[in-house]
Amino acid sequence: MEDLLGLLDFGPVFENGDRILEGFWGTIRLALMSALLSMVIGTIAVSFRVAPIPLLRVVGTVYVNVVRNTPLTLVLLLCSLGISTTLQLKFSDQNTVDAYWWAIIGLSFYTGAFICEVLRSGINTVPLGQAEAARSIGLTFTQSLRMIILPQAFRTVIAPLGSTLIAMIKNTTVVMAAGYAEAALAMYELFDDPNNQPPAIPLFLTIAAGFMVLTLPTGFFFGWLAKRMAVAR
Amino acid sequence: MSKEANVLFDAPGPRAEARNRILTGVSVVVLLAVVAAVVWKLNDRDQFDTALWEPFLRGDVWSNLILPGLWNTLKAAAVASVLAMLFGAVFGLARLSDHWWIRVPAGAVVEFFRSIPLLILIFLAFFAPPLVSPVIAESPLGQAQRVVVDNFLFVFGVESNYGVVTVPAFAALVFGLTMYNGSVLAEVIRAGVLSLPKGQSEAAYSIGLRKNGVMRLVLLPQAITAMMPAIVSQLVVLLKDTALGFIIAFEDLLHAGFKVVGPNYHNLLAAAIVVSVIYIGINMSLSALATWLEARLRRNRRTAGHTVTPTAGVPAAPGMEPEDVEKK
Repeated sequence: MEDLLGLLDFGPVFENGDRILEGFWGTIRLALMSALLSMVIGTIAVSFRVAPIPLLRVVGTVYVNVVRNTPLTLVLLLCSLGISTTLQLKFSDQNTVDAYWWAIIGLSFYTGAFICEVLRSGINTVPLGQAEAARSIGLTFTQSLRMIILPQAFRTVIAPLGSTLIAMIKNTTVVMAAGYAEAALAMYELFDDPNNQPPAIPLFLTIAAGFMVLTLPTGFFFGWLAKRMAVAR
Repeated sequence: MSKEANVLFDAPGPRAEARNRILTGVSVVVLLAVVAAVVWKLNDRDQFDTALWEPFLRGDVWSNLILPGLWNTLKAAAVASVLAMLFGAVFGLARLSDHWWIRVPAGAVVEFFRSIPLLILIFLAFFAPPLVSPVIAESPLGQAQRVVVDNFLFVFGVESNYGVVTVPAFAALVFGLTMYNGSVLAEVIRAGVLSLPKGQSEAAYSIGLRKNGVMRLVLLPQAITAMMPAIVSQLVVLLKDTALGFIIAFEDLLHAGFKVVGPNYHNLLAAAIVVSVIYIGINMSLSALATWLEARLRRNRRTAGHTVTPTAGVPAAPGMEPEDVEKK
């Protein structure tokens, strides 16, 4: 029985605490940057999708449908092995910096499609009368989108937007396929190192707890924000 | 598009039409410039060399390299789908139980597996058993471990050699996919049952059915039809997530593209593009199925429930009640 309890000894995990914390720091850096960029991409894509110009609508639709049906691993491998290595398009000669930026691009490009869909469902909840009122006081398409429609749309979709961002935080783990060091890579390396194998279960629980520390408060924050910002209709 | 008023703009008049034509022209130019830049860059790196694309015209490349990968992808997706739906049904219903000692643990399990990344679960299944199993084999539980592996888990290729249990990539992938997607499906089922009007269960109770009958005969059949689109879109997510097997060297379609065909013929980008087209084709047909189902169910009046779709294909994150998200 004592052997079994030995499986739950967290000591060796703390010895590798630096490596794990470093991994989570990588995850956080990646998540913050990708959250920003994917919001920008998603907003641009949704304004394409609702634009009065049919061609832009087609571009937006194709982007969303193609990206949403592609595995994230494939998107990230295309960025790192395909574009960075094969085409030699690089952000920097330093490999870690290059991998960081390509990981952000891939992750944001992928998440942006989901954000676009969430925002579009938000635009659909805005009553027609709002847009009619906006036009009747002489606002143009861009003005009514910017001042009337999007602010209301954003407020109705805060909760699903939060879910998308949480999914993105969890998706940062896939970036290890593209060669950027984050928490999943730390876990992989600790497991795969034959000289220094920490007990498996404590390591798993630690990494899982780390992600829960990142995702659960984000979820509660967005849930609270959604209630706070709800539009009364 | 028909000429009708939309939330954002009126049906265009003559001036607006002229302006739209100009803007269309500008966007065509910008789009062509982007395409030209990409083509130029590809050409610059000799990516249009026929030698790079020629392998995809040969039958042996498909039958020996790509199709086995595709087969593995589909096999993992199929097995994981069935198991995830089972897991989802069991835990979704357990969360609706009247007994707190069933409801609370089931809720904890579902929330846990939903809030951690899938890849971490796959790593757990792949790396942990060889480290943990020898210790268990020495303990009083050793006998139980052997019985479980030899009688049940061997189906997935799990092996036990002198107490050391090894898990093949396939089984690890299926484990992760089942746990994660099963938890999401459990929430879908729960949200589906909760979305039905209260009168449905009240009426069922009033004619003397018990909890079991209310669930089995009245609520579930209506909820399942309402949830069908959400379930199919979750299966698209599951199929896409099989690509994570690449990281633990599962020989799937992605592996075929990036580790076998690409390096063999030095045509990584070409192989990646072919593989993406296959993935997108499969997933789009599944997504189309989901849309078709949803349209069909909307016409169907035999269920009191409206279709539950997780908003834009994103399941509600843990910490947010599905009911909150559904409310608009």
